[in-house]
Amino acid sequence: MADLSAVRAEGLVKNFGDFRAVDGIDLDVRQGEIFGVLGPNGAGKTTMLRMLATLLPIDGGHAEIFGVDVRREPHRIRQLVGVTGQYASVDEDLTARENLWLFARLQGLASTRAKSIAGDLLERFDLQEAADRPLSQFSGGMRRRLDLASSLITRPPLIFLDEPTTGLDPRTRGQMWGTIRELVTDGSTILLTTQYLDEADQLADRIAVIDRGRKVAEDIPDALKTQVGDSTLQLRLADASDTALAADVVRRLLGEEPVLTPESGRMNIPLPDPDRAADVLIGLREAGLGISSVSVAKPTLDEVFLALTGHGAHESQARESQMEATR
Amino acid sequence: MTTTTTATPLGSRRVDPSAAVARTTSHPSFQETWVQTLAMAWRGLKKMRRKPEQFFDVLIQPLLFTAMFAFIFGGAISGSVSDYLPVLIPGILAQTAMTVCMATGVQLREDMDKGVFDRFKSLPIARIAPLAGPMIADLIRYGIASVLTVATGLAIGYRPGGGVLGCVGGVALTVVAGWSLAWIFTWLGTIARSAQSVQGISMMIMFPLTFLSNAFVPADTLPDWLEAFVKVNPVSHVVSAVRDLLNDGAVTGEVGWAVFGCAVVVAIFAPLAVRSYSRKM
Repeated sequence: MADLSAVRAEGLVKNFGDFRAVDGIDLDVRQGEIFGVLGPNGAGKTTMLRMLATLLPIDGGHAEIFGVDVRREPHRIRQLVGVTGQYASVDEDLTARENLWLFARLQGLASTRAKSIAGDLLERFDLQEAADRPLSQFSGGMRRRLDLASSLITRPPLIFLDEPTTGLDPRTRGQMWGTIRELVTDGSTILLTTQYLDEADQLADRIAVIDRGRKVAEDIPDALKTQVGDSTLQLRLADASDTALAADVVRRLLGEEPVLTPESGRMNIPLPDPDRAADVLIGLREAGLGISSVSVAKPTLDEVFLALTGHGAHESQARESQMEATR
Repeated sequence: MTTTTTATPLGSRRVDPSAAVARTTSHPSFQETWVQTLAMAWRGLKKMRRKPEQFFDVLIQPLLFTAMFAFIFGGAISGSVSDYLPVLIPGILAQTAMTVCMATGVQLREDMDKGVFDRFKSLPIARIAPLAGPMIADLIRYGIASVLTVATGLAIGYRPGGGVLGCVGGVALTVVAGWSLAWIFTWLGTIARSAQSVQGISMMIMFPLTFLSNAFVPADTLPDWLEAFVKVNPVSHVVSAVRDLLNDGAVTGEVGWAVFGCAVVVAIFAPLAVRSYSRKM
């Protein structure tokens, strides 16, 4: 049992009309790990998760959760998976306590037991004070916490988190990360989707990068980052018309392809080694090209995408509007 | 291995996937389904208490329509208001039940568009529970509307021949009929694109069914072709059955037909509704 995968999916396919949202994705999530699915909006992350959670029919391929067939035994799958969606799926007309009580009752807990679990969860997620207030007065972060709490009532061994921190402020995001790590310490397995490389990097043991319904890479975070370069040198040229010249200098010195925004004279250069930043700056000085600003940053999702797919993340987002239209 | 199947509190011990898999069941049991349906009914009642404006149709229609129809049509149809009331009250009861039914479908559709339905779908619960739960809560609405209709009738001079028992029987039959017919609108709620379209389609069904029946006029005054339709209209049977109960206190063949008709409607539309609800996910 221990060597059984938490999630094993082969060739998952989902079509919306003639638009293929998920195009043959394979996944193998091991027990007890945090597996991150990284990709821009519209890449097919949520669709994939919804298929695995039995919320959408699987159009092609095969999926198993702890060895249970997702298509054939949806009721069993629902007992094994806790789902926390991108938008809080809690009842706006009930209070936090009532929400938890209802979900606990629905999952077969006796009324008093449901009450005590609701109380425990409210305390754990720091919601006691707001427990009996209407949800309309809840902040985004509080709703997310309640949503996550609702997924943990029966302590499912597998938890799906769909963009758990999108739209949260940095402090709340940090708290959410802490909670997610605790869940894994308790023995749960987590499959999470995110648009933030930084989040996947912080949390995930392994990351799959999804683009246009396909998996374009899968590795441990460090290996992925090395493919992109550990950090990026961000430059702004004093004279935007020098962009092409400056790009030549970079290619000659580093052998790397810079990401250019010629209109504003911006240039993002992947750095295999932060030490090489100085080489670029000296090279530009020698070529007589002035710089108006300079900084070194960690790689962004955009750069990971460029490195892995040859096109930027924002191009994939055009797919999203297409997907909305065909839904 | 009987009491350990419920969840353990957080952090008390490690999650054990193999034990979790071992205790899964492939289908909800009948008892689980019942408990889940009641939990959903509880949710429906909570929502009713928080949004009393939902009760407007239930409160206004019996009061307004009973008085209005009695005084406008009474003289023309039966010679006097008091002679018309025994014809009208059962008719209004049926009409009110239909209106409440329609609201059931529209509200279900609105509800299904909310985020919380995503959670209901992801939970290991019987697919019928989210549909049947609100309908159980709605029994209260049918009850209030029916009692209010009869009370309004009594206030303007209706003296049902069936007595208290007849009234109780009539109201009970109205509630049963309303609940059964509501499955049609619940099914519409699961197939329609939006709450507005449920409303539109329901109106198109409800108006012909209530007005092309014997609810407000005796069927034999109608042209032959219309009379033929009125006689097969299930609403007519419900109205006749309620009349028999209210006015004569008699459990006639019409009552049997009405109950049988209701059972047929539930047998057809409840599975259809559950199937289209399950497919949507």
